[in-house]
Amino acid sequence: MRKPDVVLRLTPKPMAVEVKRLSAAYDGQPVLEDVDIALPAGKWTAIIGPNGAGKSTLFRILLGVMKPLRGEVTVHGEDPARQRRLGHIAYMAQQEAVEWDFPISVQDTVLTGRFGHMRTDPWWRRLLPPRWAESRHWDVVHRCLEAVNMRDFASRPIGALSGGQKKRVLLARALAQEARLLLLDEPLAGVDAASERLILDLLARQRAAGRTVVMVTHDMDSARRYADQVLLINRTIVGMGAPDNMLVDEMLACTAVAGWRPVARRDPPLEAFP
Amino acid sequence: MMEILETLGIGLIDALLWVLMLGVGLLPDALAEPFSYSFMQRALLTAILVGAICGLLSCFVVLKRWSLLGDAISHAVLPGVAIAYLLGWPFFIGAFIAGALTSVGIGALERHTRLKADAAMGLMFTAAFALGVVIIGKIATNTHLMHILFGNVLGVQYPALLLTLFAGLLALLAVWAFYRPLLLYTFDPMQAQALGFNTGLIHYGLILLLTLTIVASLETVGIILVVAMLITPGATAHLLTERLTTMMMLSVAVGVTASVVGLYLSFRLDVASGGAIVLVAAALFLITLLLAPRHGLLARWWRARRLRAPSPAAG
Repeated sequence: MRKPDVVLRLTPKPMAVEVKRLSAAYDGQPVLEDVDIALPAGKWTAIIGPNGAGKSTLFRILLGVMKPLRGEVTVHGEDPARQRRLGHIAYMAQQEAVEWDFPISVQDTVLTGRFGHMRTDPWWRRLLPPRWAESRHWDVVHRCLEAVNMRDFASRPIGALSGGQKKRVLLARALAQEARLLLLDEPLAGVDAASERLILDLLARQRAAGRTVVMVTHDMDSARRYADQVLLINRTIVGMGAPDNMLVDEMLACTAVAGWRPVARRDPPLEAFP
Repeated sequence: MMEILETLGIGLIDALLWVLMLGVGLLPDALAEPFSYSFMQRALLTAILVGAICGLLSCFVVLKRWSLLGDAISHAVLPGVAIAYLLGWPFFIGAFIAGALTSVGIGALERHTRLKADAAMGLMFTAAFALGVVIIGKIATNTHLMHILFGNVLGVQYPALLLTLFAGLLALLAVWAFYRPLLLYTFDPMQAQALGFNTGLIHYGLILLLTLTIVASLETVGIILVVAMLITPGATAHLLTERLTTMMMLSVAVGVTASVVGLYLSFRLDVASGGAIVLVAAALFLITLLLAPRHGLLARWWRARRLRAPSPAAG
């Protein structure tokens, strides 16, 4: 017997991400407790919290790498597994999570972002090497490389890139998926000022095109300037609302104290896009 | 039905042997002479097949950091082979069940205890190996055990050759058909998960392929040395290229070269075939380590020297 995962909703615009009473633990150590989140589609959310606050755990649950102890998770009103198979969830990993020694070029790395969509290609196409993939996939790859300003490095091995370039390749790979929901794990960590501007402008364009952007970050400044809403998290939700209400000393102090329970302040939820 | 398949298989092997001998016929007599014996012809075909399959799979083993897991599975295969022999099953079935159980057991130990991966693997595979040694000691002679442990390619008969051929074709087809999931899972499992691929299926599929390769190599290099053939060709190729497809081709080339040269040397010098093959592979790695254009020791030493030397412009 399996509980139906898909909850039928009559609202025309479901939340991009909806999490109800979610708890998760590693080896019996709780990381997330009773978390409720509703992220509207088409908005830019910044998730802020100290290390070990469960930010990455939240992503791992959305990606299906980790199973929650309790609670319900839906993406666009559906089971996340189904949304992943449909290619609606793109993920930009932290730089350390990727094997940079792997024998693969920049453009082939970005092409892996299209592997989900290639499932709909005719079967004989899929038996050819990726180099001969349909031109619609390569068009997207070239466009994404152009967008992150890495066209000139297309055939370089990924191991030969600098830190900022590696980040931009990871972003291009996530964008190549053309997903409705973008999950970004610290997209700004360790990048130079020029790369940071480029990444933030690119994400702003994604949001303007109607995509949902969710990023974990430690950078208050960019969160204040770019995000529509900020989610403060430390094992449970500390606060959620407009950046100006959340990124104040009092709220940040509450977030920094581990295990701080009650919800301090929560703005009424944003209207779903537009 | 089985008889027809067997006849077909033997016909296929004879055809392959005939083609192989055409190639050998082009060699100078001194090199070609050992292959006038039919046992050497069978050994040559087996060695080429095993070198190729191991070379192909070793790319994934090296890139996925599965060297120790490969070692664990190859040792754990022993009790599977022994029990399959007792029950009259094909070797491969027993080997795969033992290999899969071991990898599941390693995963479970890792997740549910404080043990780290290396301790979990060491514990599981030595225990399984010991079980295998005990069972085989009860049911077979010592020479039989030695053949399974260290291989005896000169004594390969048609059934074993047929199994190797079948395993090789299956591995090749699987890598070809599932190239993209395998690439993605090896490169970035999180990304594979995000794109909705069934990573559990890919994981165990890859372990199945590994077990298949190990069983296919049983007669040539044996259980103990097969892991060398699952690491060395891939490691050598990894030093030479920045492209996965090129790496696979180079790795297969290294595996086949090592197998053929090792077989020849073992005949000429009258030494164990498994040992000779692995030593040739290690020698190829050593040469590559010294001379590889980008990642080789000489190239790195040369680059460091040029960096240290004051540039003429700066005076």
